[in-house]
Amino acid sequence: MDLTLSPADEAFRAEARTWLAAHVPPTPLPSLETEEGFAAHRVWEAELAADRWSVVSWPEVYGGRGADIVRWLVFEEEYHAAGAPGRVGQNGINLLAPTLFDHGTEEQRARILPSMAGGEVVWAQAWSEPEAGSDLASLTSRAVRTAGGWLLSGQKTWSSRAAFADRAFGLFRSEPGTPRPHQGLTYLMFDLRAPGVTVRPIGRLDGRPAFAEVFLDEVFVPDEDVIGEPGGGWRVAMSTAGNERGLTLRSPGRFLAAADRLVDLWRARADPSDTALRDRVADAVIGARAYQLFTYANASRFLDGGTIGPEASLNKVFWSEYDIALHETALDLLGPDGESADTDWSEGYVFSLAGPIYAGTNEIQRDIIAERLLGLPKGRR
Amino acid sequence: MRFLLDPQQRAFADSLDAMLTAADTPSVVRDWIRGDHGSGRALWSRIAKVGVFALAVPEAYEGMGPHPAELAVGFVELGRHAVPGPLVETVAAAALLAELADPVPAGRLLPSLASGEASATLALDGAYALDGDAATTRLALAADGLRLAPGHGPVRTSLDPARRLTPLTPGGELLAAAPPVAHALVWARLATAAQALGVGLALLDRTVAYVRQRTQFGVPVGSFQAVKHRLADAKIALEFARPLLFGAALTMAPADVAAAKVTACEAAYATARTALQLHGAIGYTAEYDLSLWLAKARALRTAWGTPAECRAEVLSGGARRR
Ligand SMILES: Cc1cc2nc3c(=O)[nH]c(=O)nc-3n(C[C@H](O)[C@H](O)[C@H](O)COP(=O)(O)OP(=O)(O)OC[C@H]3O[C@@H](n4cnc5c(N)ncnc54)[C@H](O)[C@@H]3O)c2cc1C
Repeated sequence: MDLTLSPADEAFRAEARTWLAAHVPPTPLPSLETEEGFAAHRVWEAELAADRWSVVSWPEVYGGRGADIVRWLVFEEEYHAAGAPGRVGQNGINLLAPTLFDHGTEEQRARILPSMAGGEVVWAQAWSEPEAGSDLASLTSRAVRTAGGWLLSGQKTWSSRAAFADRAFGLFRSEPGTPRPHQGLTYLMFDLRAPGVTVRPIGRLDGRPAFAEVFLDEVFVPDEDVIGEPGGGWRVAMSTAGNERGLTLRSPGRFLAAADRLVDLWRARADPSDTALRDRVADAVIGARAYQLFTYANASRFLDGGTIGPEASLNKVFWSEYDIALHETALDLLGPDGESADTDWSEGYVFSLAGPIYAGTNEIQRDIIAERLLGLPKGRR
Repeated sequence: MRFLLDPQQRAFADSLDAMLTAADTPSVVRDWIRGDHGSGRALWSRIAKVGVFALAVPEAYEGMGPHPAELAVGFVELGRHAVPGPLVETVAAAALLAELADPVPAGRLLPSLASGEASATLALDGAYALDGDAATTRLALAADGLRLAPGHGPVRTSLDPARRLTPLTPGGELLAAAPPVAHALVWARLATAAQALGVGLALLDRTVAYVRQRTQFGVPVGSFQAVKHRLADAKIALEFARPLLFGAALTMAPADVAAAKVTACEAAYATARTALQLHGAIGYTAEYDLSLWLAKARALRTAWGTPAECRAEVLSGGARRR
């Protein structure tokens, strides 16, 4: 049992730190939930990619550095400590790319991954539907066979960043009337600007168009854009969901950096007699460290050949609740200034509030923990 | 970087677990509560034989340590089995004696603590010492330094009846004028955190087993979502306390150990509340064994540093991670 990094890993950390110090924009980019900010973040993705820092864990042929999970964690620690911009390509990089590595073809990887790494093609996740949220398998959007491909129809919703993104991936019902809802689903990729696609931005809590609904009317998708076997989409999708909740969606680096900033704020602003607030700041520091160490333990298991199963649900509930507590503490430290809607903390606060809802709600995660980790009997849903 | 217990550490935990399971610790605890220390002493020497106390004692004094990570592994098991006695106090005393500038008291007292022939308790600044009636070495931090107390006063009961609170008799031999109390406190907090994590894990296991077999409305109560979600939260809290504990054992930095202490103790206490609630009335009885762990979760929360003291320690250091 040890926490020391090898000299080679330390050298990697130093290299990342040096590069970031020289490249991170001195003034923050505009919010990536705006058209202007989206464009600025694409430029940043291209800059990262030019020196192969956009997808460090990918193989070199696709623009990565072949970094293992520990190096990925180290990179993320440095990235967030340097105050680098949010990642506009994260849906593709964290969700679609792992799916393509596991279930895609060589041709799909070669065609899709390089432009994803460089931010030229930004991907949106089109899973949820108006009537299929937690019960995702009840989705009704259809894929109908046609010459050389499929025709997609239906409606997707809550698709993050779809308002400005280029392409999307999601599940479609290709065999109606199967005995179980998880059967007969196909995993497909489509162009958000293809004929038959209408994207309508939805304002999130603060009004910014952070997500969108997507209407599909006989949108043609060629066979080459099916991932895995037609009809076998559920299995493909679930391996992606594991990635999302497990390791890659929220790196500890983000919370370590935020906890550091919170301590600075506390030192600068706090009333020393307010021990209740002091305790919450301490809990934020402790929580970031706990999440870092928990993730290092998972990464160790991963390096030893293990996989991330239902344990991923522990992660998801922890970080989403932690994120809200951290931001609430910052707003309380700011006092009346905490009301201002245009600080980093307020932007982070609004973002944090959605954490317990997306990537599988925390109620669903708690069911998974209870049934699959604790072995409690399944109840009525 | 392999932040996981290695096979030897796991084997150590497993052998201790097997030994303690066979020892029927609940009946040992009940003897201890009555002030009958015979079965507890016998168990103590078996725990020492496995090497638990020697992990806190340097090799120079016939121990095998210091090995904080292995000690934490061992103390999780002691907590899981609700082992009674001045366990943490013996570790704290060993850490304190080992670091005294004068090696004579350590040479005299540590070998028997490592071997389990002796046990120790330690009172800081006039506070109660735990199990002063059972411990053979009673250390008191007085105004003028560390003293070997000649005896103890009347036993006061604790919220955990297995913890016997004893004032120590003033006076006795002066061992050191300026003992390294901060160092001992770090070891005491680490051991307490580990013990609390073990207590929490036992409470969760017992409660999961109970709600699987207790039926109401024709189904196991463990199939109700409100029940499941409380247990899921207990699981999350305990699983995030675990890496803090072992991370702290690797660094032994006071802030890391304080973070582990407050987190493990809060997780164990929250789990105790859940365990009591989900057992219903049977959980609220003294004769049902669950009470042995419930009471300990409460007592450990304030032992060797309240939550507020530990949180203040976390923020006291100026140094940043990285
Ligand atoms: C900011 C944000 C970004 C998002 N981005 C995307 C995206 O990029 N792509 C995408 O496809 N989707 C996205 N989503 C959608 C998200 O995945 C869904 O909101 C989520 O799956 C929950 O579905 P729902 O909103 O329909 O809630 P519902 O499923 O209707 O649930 C409503 C409430 O009931 C509870 N509930 C439901 N079923 C159960 C049960 N069995 N037991 C206990 N409680 C239950 C839920 O936990 C919730 O509290 C995003 C959502 C948000 C908020």
